[in-house]
Amino acid sequence: MNGRAGNRRGPLEGEPAVLAEPPALALHGVTHSYGAVRALVDVDLDVRRHEVVAVVGENGAGKSTLVGVMSGVLVPDAGEVVVDGRETQLTSPGQARGLGIATVFQDLALCEDLDVVENLFLGQEIRFGPLLDEVAMEREAQRLLAQLAVRVPSVRAPVASLSGGQRQAVAIARALLGEPRVLVLDEPTAALGVTQTAEVLTLIERVRDAGFGVVLASHNLTDVQAVADRVVVLRRGRLNGEFDADVAGYEQIVAAITGVAIGPGEGR
Amino acid sequence: MTVLRTPPGSLRWAGRDLGSWPVLGALAVLWLVFQAMNPNFLSADNLVNLALQAAPLGVLTLGVVLVLLVGQIDLSTGAVSGLAAAVVAVGMSQQGWPGWLAVLAAVASGAVVGWGYGWAFTRLGVPSFVLTLAGLLVTLGLQVRVLGSTGSLNLPFESWLVRLMQQAFLPPWLAYLLVALVVAGYLGVRLVERRRRAAAELPVEPWRPVAARAALLAAATLVPTWYLQTNRGVGVSVAVFLGLVLVVDLLLRRTRWGRSVRAVGSNVGSAHRAGFAVRQVYTSAFVACSSLAALGGVMAAGRLAAANQGSGGSDTNLTVIAAAVIGGTSLFGGRGSAWSAPLGVLVVGTISSGLTLLNLDSAPRYIVTGLVLALAVTLDAVGRRRAPVTGR
Ligand SMILES: Nc1ncnc2c1ncn2[C@@H]1O[C@H](COP(=O)(O)OP(=O)(O)O)[C@@H](O)[C@H]1O
Ligand SMILES: [Mg+2]
Repeated sequence: MNGRAGNRRGPLEGEPAVLAEPPALALHGVTHSYGAVRALVDVDLDVRRHEVVAVVGENGAGKSTLVGVMSGVLVPDAGEVVVDGRETQLTSPGQARGLGIATVFQDLALCEDLDVVENLFLGQEIRFGPLLDEVAMEREAQRLLAQLAVRVPSVRAPVASLSGGQRQAVAIARALLGEPRVLVLDEPTAALGVTQTAEVLTLIERVRDAGFGVVLASHNLTDVQAVADRVVVLRRGRLNGEFDADVAGYEQIVAAITGVAIGPGEGR
Repeated sequence: MTVLRTPPGSLRWAGRDLGSWPVLGALAVLWLVFQAMNPNFLSADNLVNLALQAAPLGVLTLGVVLVLLVGQIDLSTGAVSGLAAAVVAVGMSQQGWPGWLAVLAAVASGAVVGWGYGWAFTRLGVPSFVLTLAGLLVTLGLQVRVLGSTGSLNLPFESWLVRLMQQAFLPPWLAYLLVALVVAGYLGVRLVERRRRAAAELPVEPWRPVAARAALLAAATLVPTWYLQTNRGVGVSVAVFLGLVLVVDLLLRRTRWGRSVRAVGSNVGSAHRAGFAVRQVYTSAFVACSSLAALGGVMAAGRLAAANQGSGGSDTNLTVIAAAVIGGTSLFGGRGSAWSAPLGVLVVGTISSGLTLLNLDSAPRYIVTGLVLALAVTLDAVGRRRAPVTGR
């Protein structure tokens, strides 16, 4: 419709050093349906290191479904997933994780009854023989949280006792554990206040600067414009435009999201 | 700061669990009341009996704790224990199997039932409530069939199983040695942990509370041991039960399996996305529960030197669930510990023993147990709702 032609970054533009390597994660022609609901139709997406790609769209546009495909939770009906230039079938969350794709889910996927350390290492516990090495995990947790400047009342407090912002930070910290290549975040600021949102956005920038590829699914354009390098619009499960975040205007993106055509003079 | 999106049923006392204190308080009250009503209640003789009665039931409760921890329920542990009692009795007294084989067959029959639950639950999605209710009926039928026409079988009195469960007590030196080992083990673990934490530059707990807890543990193990020793002593079945509790406690707190059990019970979707094999976790919990139920049934058969159609029957299925919840394991999954089993079974056993001493029939026993259970469930539910999850 619109937008797609406008600011699409050509494959030969940009920094050659980064472009020389294949995308850290790429999706080609991904299609997925829930029964009669076509949640994704022929979607392409790629993310490189040192880059924040925002996936925006209205509620129900298919963002979480796309995140599900990237995180191994959903096996799409069709399409291929390419990790570091190699085609792969992502069939389980553990496998995606093993390939360096870490996800912060919309609901955070924390276990409320477990404490912060237990949640950080959930599914990837450090062991000492057959037993869990709680000391090593706690030390690593302290180091990671300090590095991300995340403050929690106690690393041994159950996650149920943390605030929304703290939970979000724990979920992001968990995703960063074990040095993934790609960080996928689904609506990371939807449940947060202003201060906490700012903290999470800073965290995302820090992660990008550390060399990760970041996919940020969000319907909050303010957040997206604050951190994204590239904006991909989903509308009713289809790609509906791709923009360079530095160049594209707010109205232009909104138009792509809502599907309302704008006149040539209206977009900035 | 405000917190949004706190999923229902995920709350608890603000950052703080009440732990075992409510049960211990209830136990103290019950003991004082029963002692006031009948001075024999706290006699060493009665407490030895209470412990012997509680041990097989405690093994069943331990299994129920595991199933509750994954957020499911097993209504059939009593029936499974009855089936196991029948199998061990038939094996030993009719088939002439060696004792170990009969016990193994009995526990294996429990494991098969548990595996069936796990399969039907994870593959067919049948709710565990209905599944184990159906299993209860099937198992009851099997128990009657295995026992055959007489409906009742006696175990040979001279068999090791009967002697071990009925008349075998730890020799005093062994009882005290075990107590010493437990206390020394506790201190040793704490010491190593302190060293490792210090080396990792993590905050270490000051000495005083550690020493205080060790002293408390020493008192809590030494005094009962000494008191029971003034009579017959600590039954082997009691020691077996407590040993199992220690093992399950270690598995739950310090192994990846235990972590997966608590994670699945806390939030199965999160556990799945963290990479745990959720189906296997559920199945392992059902198998462990039914196997422990079967072992408890074998112990009970040994204690009574008999198995009949009533073994593990009537209220056993529900009593052990009550005991697990009274002991502090949540009905909502994810919260609880192996220690719920001894604590809960002690409360249930106390009520039963105390009222029996007063020559009362089963009516008040059911009512009092029910009221205590209601209290425990209320604490559990309130504990989940109360915690004001405030921003910090
Ligand atoms: N588990 C599901 N079962 C059926 N339909 C679903 C399911 N998950 C999402 N959908 C549908 O798929 C579409 C895309 O949903 P989703 O990916 O969650 O969108 P978004 O995250 O952008 O809000 C919506 O129409 C939604 O109703
Ligand atoms: Mg979504």
